Amino acid sequence: MPENMPQPAPILELENIRVRYGGLPVINGLSLKVLEGELVCVVGTNGSGKSTILRAIMGTQHAFDGKILFNGKPIHHLNTEAIVAMGLVYVPEEKMLFRPLSVEENLRLGAFLLKDEKRIAENLDFVFGLFPRLKERRKQAASTLSGGEQQMVAVGRGLMSNPKILMLDELSLGLAPILVDELLDTVVRLKHEGLTILLVEQNVREALAICDRGYVLQTGKVVQEGSGKELIGSESVRKAFLGL
Amino acid sequence: MEILAGSISAGLLIGMVFALVALGLTIVFGVMDIVNFAHGEFLMIGMYTALLTSQATGMDPLLTLPVAGVVGYLLGIVCYTGFVKYLLRGPMVAQLLGTFGLMLVLRNLALLFFGSEDRTIHKGILVNRSIELFMGVRVPVTKLAAAALSVIAFVLIWLLINRTRIGKALLATALNAQGARYMGISTERMNTFAWGIGGATVTIAGALLANFWSFTPYVGLLFTMIAFTIVALGGFGSIPGAFVAGILVGFITEIPGFWDYLTYLSGQRWMAKVPMSSFKYTGVYLAYFMIMLIRPRGLFGWKT
Repeated sequence: MPENMPQPAPILELENIRVRYGGLPVINGLSLKVLEGELVCVVGTNGSGKSTILRAIMGTQHAFDGKILFNGKPIHHLNTEAIVAMGLVYVPEEKMLFRPLSVEENLRLGAFLLKDEKRIAENLDFVFGLFPRLKERRKQAASTLSGGEQQMVAVGRGLMSNPKILMLDELSLGLAPILVDELLDTVVRLKHEGLTILLVEQNVREALAICDRGYVLQTGKVVQEGSGKELIGSESVRKAFLGL
Repeated sequence: MEILAGSISAGLLIGMVFALVALGLTIVFGVMDIVNFAHGEFLMIGMYTALLTSQATGMDPLLTLPVAGVVGYLLGIVCYTGFVKYLLRGPMVAQLLGTFGLMLVLRNLALLFFGSEDRTIHKGILVNRSIELFMGVRVPVTKLAAAALSVIAFVLIWLLINRTRIGKALLATALNAQGARYMGISTERMNTFAWGIGGATVTIAGALLANFWSFTPYVGLLFTMIAFTIVALGGFGSIPGAFVAGILVGFITEIPGFWDYLTYLSGQRWMAKVPMSSFKYTGVYLAYFMIMLIRPRGLFGWKT
């Protein structure tokens, strides 16, 4: 636990990675790190390459240069399943739910790598405690849920395997402000429970308000980094994103 | 009445076997969106496996089913890992031509090894027996057993997919392959598994059919077409759909029997002169075109 360690070790480190998409560079020599127990956010406008970072970490879009280290071990040559098995869990922007299956079946598939039925049941209870609305709708097909509820299923499914780091991609996309607040409150709660979280958001104000540290991305490069408070108070961030 | 009841029961029984023929095609399509033109060739290999195993060992043809299943499972896995896996990286047209080529290779290998003469299975506990179902309707025991075993195989596969961990992973891969990978499911392994069970179910269907269907290495194409029709009618990727559509297609192949009944009822001389039985499978192909025009999604389809 963090309080026993004066200097928490970085759980995830990206060193100077470059990613191309269709021959075009999307990420140009980006470095970032996430320490154990931290809530880190990456903000930037549309097309700044935020989601690409997460896809590169997950091995869906391979970085052609640079290093990605998880607990000090390189993971950039592994395939997605192996990366998930190490405890890196990704909640994609597109949610990618198994739409005809019920809420509970979706959540149980999140625990696919766990074999202990008791632990799966505990995690299911934990997720239902976090999102009571999902418990009410546990037998309902995922496709029949509202956008906000589907996002809850996506996050809950990500939590089902006891991840070591949870990566959330555009949690707030397309949701009503009240739901965004609710989901971000849940993120903060998860952080307090000791979970390490990497959050990618275009909702800059809200993301910076809750994170420990943040990175500001522009055209595939980190242009600014610092604590959430520092960034929210910085002149350039206020000008570029907050319209102040 | 007996003619009608005979046609209905014949259509129902053969339809259940047809459903098993199509099951593997719909699973493979459901999991990885690839249409296997060599599907009927797998069935043909199942037929020869049953024939040759029973000839070589003196085993009853019925007992060769597990052998056919194992051969089909391995054949499916070899075809996937050695060939189809690479096709999936290419464009759609490569996949179509690729499995078409696989069909030609398997058929010609069969011609090389087994020759082109017509084969039938003459012996066995089921062969040349029939029992009375009801109202004087007699059905060959081979067909009755084939239908019953097909239904059992269908139920087992359904349970495998809906009640087991690996089945859920297969279903997840079919519904959203990328999403499944993010759950830590190896979709590559699931594709291989889908080809394995696809191959096993269709070779078992072949071994069942071999008891009452004479065959040559050319028999595959007919069953590929039948399977395509069933999968299109039932909905690509739908297992219950394949079952219902299999029975419907079974009835379609019995149209000549229904025609005979109508001829008998109406007493029209000209009706007896129409060579309906020559058009037995034309009805199946016609149904395929109609489905593609009217409802390409099929009856139970969730994919188009």
